Amino acid sequence: MRTRALLAAAVLAVAACAPARLPAAEEEGAKFGADWESWRADTNVSDLASVQRGARNFTSYCLGCHSLKYERWSRLGADLKIPGEVLEKDLLPPGAKATDYIQTHMPAADAETWFGKAPPDLSLMVRARGKDYVYQFLATFYVDPTRQTGVNNLRLPTTAMPDVLSELEGLKAAVFKAEAHPGGAAGSEQAFDHFEPLAPGRMSLAEYDGFVRDTVNFLDYVSEPTQLERRQLGVWVVLFLLLFTWLAWLVKREYWKDVH
Amino acid sequence: MTVKTATGAAAALPKAGGGSAGKSFWAWLNKRLPVDQFLATQVTEYYAPKNFNFWYYFGSLALVVLVLQLVTGIFLTMFYKPGEATAFDSVQFIMREVDFGWLIRYLHSSGASFFFIVVYLHMFRALLYGSYKPPRELLWLLGMLVYLALMAEAFMGYVLPWGNMSFWGAQVIINLFGTIPGIGPDLVLWIRGDYGIADATLNRLFSLHVAAVPLALLGLVALHLVALHEVGSNNPDGIEIKDKVGADGKPLDGIPFHPYYTVKDFVGVAVFLVLLAIVVFFVPNLGGLFLEAPNYEPANPVSTPADITPVWYFTPYYAMLRAVPDQRLGALLLLLGVLAFLFLPWLDRSPVKSMRYRGWMSRSALAIFVVSFVGLGYLGMQPALGIYVVIARILAALYFLFFLLMPFYTKLDPVKPVPERLVYHAH
Repeated sequence: MRTRALLAAAVLAVAACAPARLPAAEEEGAKFGADWESWRADTNVSDLASVQRGARNFTSYCLGCHSLKYERWSRLGADLKIPGEVLEKDLLPPGAKATDYIQTHMPAADAETWFGKAPPDLSLMVRARGKDYVYQFLATFYVDPTRQTGVNNLRLPTTAMPDVLSELEGLKAAVFKAEAHPGGAAGSEQAFDHFEPLAPGRMSLAEYDGFVRDTVNFLDYVSEPTQLERRQLGVWVVLFLLLFTWLAWLVKREYWKDVH
Repeated sequence: MTVKTATGAAAALPKAGGGSAGKSFWAWLNKRLPVDQFLATQVTEYYAPKNFNFWYYFGSLALVVLVLQLVTGIFLTMFYKPGEATAFDSVQFIMREVDFGWLIRYLHSSGASFFFIVVYLHMFRALLYGSYKPPRELLWLLGMLVYLALMAEAFMGYVLPWGNMSFWGAQVIINLFGTIPGIGPDLVLWIRGDYGIADATLNRLFSLHVAAVPLALLGLVALHLVALHEVGSNNPDGIEIKDKVGADGKPLDGIPFHPYYTVKDFVGVAVFLVLLAIVVFFVPNLGGLFLEAPNYEPANPVSTPADITPVWYFTPYYAMLRAVPDQRLGALLLLLGVLAFLFLPWLDRSPVKSMRYRGWMSRSALAIFVVSFVGLGYLGMQPALGIYVVIARILAALYFLFFLLMPFYTKLDPVKPVPERLVYHAH
């Protein structure tokens, strides 16, 4: 409770000087603008190092609550070129076998009591919502004392998820401004304007941004583990079919010389 | 001719009918099964007009996609598990753990969309060259039945992965039957087999998708081909080649389907496979057109997707459904929109078949029709709001006017004289 009271005080303090942006916010420009809906994850799933870092991030920060129930540890190891002993030592939870599916240890019933809803499985999150969605979600947490978790989110308002990455990112407040209703209706609504940093985390903003992108990139891989193989094989299949098309056309031309 | 056996020695087989073992077997077979006769009448001596153009690739392509769907479908059925609790997971199992399961599944999901692309272009060809006009009315009707069966097949297949769009799509489509006066609600209950879209619904749609409808499709396609070979193919000039035969009784402007059109269609198939491979290997979702993102979330009866939209091939009719404020009238309009094609042979009063020799009225009408169909298809993917609904109403009106006014504009249309023989330039 004390933390929440402190946060509330901090938010009020920031809101009081809202129009004058903090210098730190100015530096980060785009990151703090109202254009968060246009932020792109800009990740590349063929960047193996990034996907590997994402796997590490996932096991350290997400696996406590979220499963990847369609992915086996062994598959992850093989696809991400992680040697067996490293996989066992650094990634596998105690007691898990390499052939197990990646499952959280948090009991779903408890999770429902604690958060109001069981944290979703993330195997297909990127395919279902898109990687930009996941990126924007992880980048737009802000302090909101009215919420039970003390935080809220722009991408998924009133999310049940606590800001578990705040120790890395730090805390930020969202500053809203009154905006006339679209269509000229009476009154006004609160529109997001920009973020204000409240407290720093262990990472710089740039480091945190990289952390989130790697994690999103990993989830992109998990959403379709065969996608790299698919594209690589596709090049050869298309080249073969083009050759076949050319040969088929030569045969056709030869036969049709008779038709006048 | 001698036949070598596996040991390499010249075969010491008894000579039957003066031919080799192969020939004698062929003769034996033909006495019992009319293989030669069938090949002759259907391919080697089936005379097709020699002026087929681009639009004539889509018939053989439709057959190729049908085979593709059957073969990939058989393999998918080996791993897919119908059932509320198993369907979604089994599709992910196919995508991740079955060797090349992802390839089989993408071929099948993309194949469904390609089937409709091919069939729509095939139907457009018929509109362009009057291929539904006598003596090909029955051929056209059988083709339309194939189209209807295909729509049923595609809808049921879409439900099987049991994603959230599968669930809500099934909800919307099956509820359309509820608008039938009187029996509607009971009919919906009977179709679903439960009070909501549920396990029973999924299992029966699976049964229909893998057994009943494919059987109907194969039968209808066979009849479509028999009818085609009975009346003979139309062509871009809309002239009956059977009317001008040579001394040998063969059409002067016809060429044997095999080898000429088999080798030509092979080129079409090759190009088609290149396009299919590009989609399957590089853009299997095609930006949500072929596979929709909300379908990667499991079916959830308490969470409606933001926008329930069918896959692109149904969107023209979906736009008609939503253009009408009354659900019952909307469903009726949807039904009429599909069935209108059946009446074409009797609505068209033009003395000529091909658009090449028709006047500006028929040409404009077809152009407007294509614009309305494609436009409705686009609007069916957009939210039914504001100006979109207004445009959908205008386009739906144009769509139906194409059919309703056809007896008049085809009669008044200033047609051009049709030549005696085909127009063909050797390339």
